[in-house]
Amino acid sequence: MSAEAIRVSSRRPPRALFLHQLRSEQLVFWRSREAAFFIFIFPLLLYLLLSAVYTGKIHGRSAAEYLLAGLVAYGCANTAFAGLAIQLVLRRESGILKRLRSTPLPPATYVMSLLVSTLVVFLLQTLGMFLLGRVLHGTPFPSDVGSFLVAIVIGAAVFAALGTATASVIRSAEGSSAVVNFILLPMAFLSGSFGPTHRLGPFLQAIGDVLPLKYLIDLVDAVYLHGRGVWTQPEDLAVLAAWGVGGLIFTIFKFRWEPRER
Amino acid sequence: MLAIEVSGLRKAYGSLEAVRGVDFSIEEGEVFGLLGPNGAGKTTTVEILEGYRQRDAGEVRVLGHDPERPGPEFRERIGVVLQQSELWPNLTVRETHAIFAGYYRAPRAVDEVIALVGLQEKANARVKSLSGGQKRRLDLGIALIGDPDLVFLDEPTTGFDPQARRAAWEMIRSLRSLGKTVLLTTHYLDEAEQLSDRVAVLRDGQIVRVGTPAELTTTDLQTEIRYRENGEEVLVRTDEPTRVLAELASAAIARGEELEGLQVRRPSLEEVYLALTAEENEAEAAS
Repeated sequence: MSAEAIRVSSRRPPRALFLHQLRSEQLVFWRSREAAFFIFIFPLLLYLLLSAVYTGKIHGRSAAEYLLAGLVAYGCANTAFAGLAIQLVLRRESGILKRLRSTPLPPATYVMSLLVSTLVVFLLQTLGMFLLGRVLHGTPFPSDVGSFLVAIVIGAAVFAALGTATASVIRSAEGSSAVVNFILLPMAFLSGSFGPTHRLGPFLQAIGDVLPLKYLIDLVDAVYLHGRGVWTQPEDLAVLAAWGVGGLIFTIFKFRWEPRER
Repeated sequence: MLAIEVSGLRKAYGSLEAVRGVDFSIEEGEVFGLLGPNGAGKTTTVEILEGYRQRDAGEVRVLGHDPERPGPEFRERIGVVLQQSELWPNLTVRETHAIFAGYYRAPRAVDEVIALVGLQEKANARVKSLSGGQKRRLDLGIALIGDPDLVFLDEPTTGFDPQARRAAWEMIRSLRSLGKTVLLTTHYLDEAEQLSDRVAVLRDGQIVRVGTPAELTTTDLQTEIRYRENGEEVLVRTDEPTRVLAELASAAIARGEELEGLQVRRPSLEEVYLALTAEENEAEAAS
């Protein structure tokens, strides 16, 4: 085959394009110190601090194990919801998304690479948290790794859908981090990421009962702390699915690729 | 071959008609300037051609494609420099080029493009460390990495200091020597004059004149003859400068006077442009 024939016939296979973009996303993520710190390191740091503060037992479990479940779920929301939303707003408002649309990179490939890249960051963070727990407090690894992975990948998908939906309503890059954390941190407190919620008043508990993070914590709890299969928790899965589908539908209708007109 | 054909193009945003029936065509290998004040419809027109916006009416062919329904080939063959856009601040110039190169089937070599836009010495520098002019060169490098046949440049030198501007002009001229078709929008007249083979002047969403820069200056405004009479400045505008000047001169000679401060000048492109883009305002002011 001549060189010319290769050139003409070589449509880039979708998988090569996906892997190229995934590598690019990883480079962009880890090269940004702020993103790497706030998205990757911060939940690990919180686990380090909280597991040093709480000792003894919470709900009949060692505090280190209980917090591990809560902070894995927090890390999921922090990475897939907050991190993704902030990055998308920055990219949209700086014109990167608009510029990418003029290239042959298909939007679906772009979105998929970004989501998988976010998942890679979250999985590494989860692994790091388990290693911290193991080394510092002797916490076990999940007994059913398959169920555990299914649970956190579902969680990541749901929070990613909510992240893209939130990115669709945030109007400026400057305020994006504030808006996202204004949602994330109270949700994490009310849902029990940072410790038990039974001393919160009924009103605050009721808010927590509506938000998705509580159900992800419950799911991770069930799989990790109680060794149940992920499908034994239909209520958690139903609430998470409802939030995920809602976020997805909102994203489909409201997401824009172009910056606000200035 | 025509690279771009536009006829009867219209686009409104709500009640604002941004583009009101625009026709033009651009030959392959031509550098075509779309000139007009802010809000004349330049960016809307270009973004329709790039495939970003849907038109309300009219026919558009870009490299044989309808940009609203581009085939997979379309984006392989165009390069776009947007009016305002940034890139990842923490990546290097080379990494940024390499990422975009990966999107195209037959990209140009990364280092070759970096050299073409004059960023060799900055190839390993982070994007955030570049000056404004260097960032704009990076934008151009990214637009050229896929080896496009057609390059869109939307106000490529807005906000540049004169030196950076000259450097950008040199680069745009080098695109012509590469055989690229270029559609350039600008509100700087000297830029259109310096770079374009042909210029279309856009005003309020309509093209008011198309031609080479030389044609635009010869067709429109009258020649100006200025002199002083009894200490007062006199200005005569005429289509027949030879006859008017001969009459003025012979009258002055007959009186034994000198036409003080005599000047005869052709209107510059700038004056043509200002006249073309001002007519509407004057008409509105008069009514």
